[in-house]
Amino acid sequence: MSVDAATVKRIATLARIRIEDAALPRMVEELNGILAWVEMLREVDTQGVEPMAGGAPTGQPSLRMREDEVTDGGIAEAILANAPDREGPYFAVPKVVE
Amino acid sequence: MSKPTDLTIAAARAALARREISAVELTRACLDAIARLNPRLNAFITITAESALRQAEESDRRIAQGMARPLEGIPLGIKDLFCTAGVRTTAASRILGNFTPPYESTVTAHLLRDGAVFLGKLNLDEFAMGSSNATSAFGPVENPWSRANDPETRLVPGGSSGGSAAAVAARLVLGATATDTGGSIRQPAAFCGVAGIKPSYGRCSRFGIVAFASSLDQAGPIARDVRDCAILLRSMAGFDPRDSTSADLPVPDFEAAVERGVAGLRIGIPREYRMEGMPAEIEALWQQGIAWLREAGAEIVDVSLPHTKYALPTYYIVAPAEASSNLARYDGVRFGAREEGEDLRDLYERTRAAGFGAEVRRRILIGTYVLSAGYYDAYYLKAQQVRALIRRDFEQAWERCDALLTPATPTAAFALGEKTEDPVAMYLNDVFTVPANLAGLPGMAVPAGLDAQGLPLALQVIGRPFDEETVFAVAGVLERAADFRATPRLIA
Repeated sequence: MSVDAATVKRIATLARIRIEDAALPRMVEELNGILAWVEMLREVDTQGVEPMAGGAPTGQPSLRMREDEVTDGGIAEAILANAPDREGPYFAVPKVVE
Repeated sequence: MSKPTDLTIAAARAALARREISAVELTRACLDAIARLNPRLNAFITITAESALRQAEESDRRIAQGMARPLEGIPLGIKDLFCTAGVRTTAASRILGNFTPPYESTVTAHLLRDGAVFLGKLNLDEFAMGSSNATSAFGPVENPWSRANDPETRLVPGGSSGGSAAAVAARLVLGATATDTGGSIRQPAAFCGVAGIKPSYGRCSRFGIVAFASSLDQAGPIARDVRDCAILLRSMAGFDPRDSTSADLPVPDFEAAVERGVAGLRIGIPREYRMEGMPAEIEALWQQGIAWLREAGAEIVDVSLPHTKYALPTYYIVAPAEASSNLARYDGVRFGAREEGEDLRDLYERTRAAGFGAEVRRRILIGTYVLSAGYYDAYYLKAQQVRALIRRDFEQAWERCDALLTPATPTAAFALGEKTEDPVAMYLNDVFTVPANLAGLPGMAVPAGLDAQGLPLALQVIGRPFDEETVFAVAGVLERAADFRATPRLIA
């Protein structure tokens, strides 16, 4: 499979990364280079193989569950300290609803 | 006594305990070396001289009171991917801007608990994505080594933990934290002639480490030698309820394993790691490593890891997929840099275009594509299935051996600016290191020799899940046999 300029544009929109039209041809070429290379995986017979999710090695549970309870909170100032823009105890963004 | 910066962690620990040197003297020696060499090497993004000296003073007080902690007064560098409370943490990306975490990562909290002194934050590839440290928004790091016959050509330190490896090799720090998603501890350690271990997935908490690919990321140390890595890993490791993938297992005394030897151990040599076009020097080093282990009493067995050649393409689907998801958080709203836009969506798109570098953007796009409707099964699901087969290859190998010996990298360090045109050529650097990440296994790089140009080459030891002790035992034997004493041209 390979991608064209329209597909790259669509992916960039999904990823919320602005991409200038002038930069598209180069990006198309680079992504196709990577995609052509990973095509190699098609030759592997994976019929009936359970996909590996998570990174735990054999014998370890991949995700530990815990009680669903509040473990942290009441630190609004610490959370807002790095905000690029804020209004009082809120993150500020451009107007969303007209 | 030798220069303070020449001390290993083990030697510094002993010298501090005997009061032959004070923690302040040791820290000052490192800070002086940083002031002298960092302008050239660019290994540090942030230097925290004042707080380091305050920590060292506290260490001297504790030593005087007989209350020294395990790493009391040991000056370390911290890869700038670990959140450090009150100290800017950048992930070498513009998008984090002047992000100052209000909290401490678990790994660095463990090191502080044990009395370590933090000299500052070390450079890396942006978001740990790279194999040359050239993608950093804070400029490339220079490898303190250079070619004997061509000392002017500046070489890369490897990546992504290039600042960590270069700082240790040039003796600006006694040890450093690092992270490894596909080889980012082992490859730079190999390129810079120092030791580094990526422990088993789950051994070190990922809490407070800027996430790249969560099923692959692991923290570990880079240090002068195998013992120092063991000392640091013991502090860094340990169960953490705040990381749901943290392994609830006791942390062994890794240092004790370094002297254990390999008598009676079966060492597997995976035949698929013999790559076409691999330099003869790498093959010769591998054969030398096999001979060393055999002489030390190990049994050498041939093993097969049949899916090895699929590891890199699998990685370059899984890692970008996870990265595209993890990096969605950088939206210019809650923290980090912001570019203003016409509306919220324009703000997101402009912020992310301006904030991420080319390699990070490329990986986010690949990841978004392989996770998108219509392509998920063909790419992402397929890669997860091949990943399961790669893990199974190792399980089958463990029926026949206790650890694996391989080269660490397919080449020695290359020049700055090489391999930048074709992303895939850069990705091939990690051909020997990526399988251990995919399978969650511990892997360690040990400097073992020099190539014809006088550049360091390393061997890699891969172990069973959570059997870092055997990895340290094998690495210890290799280190003693190799007796690697060469030093780089740029050194404190």
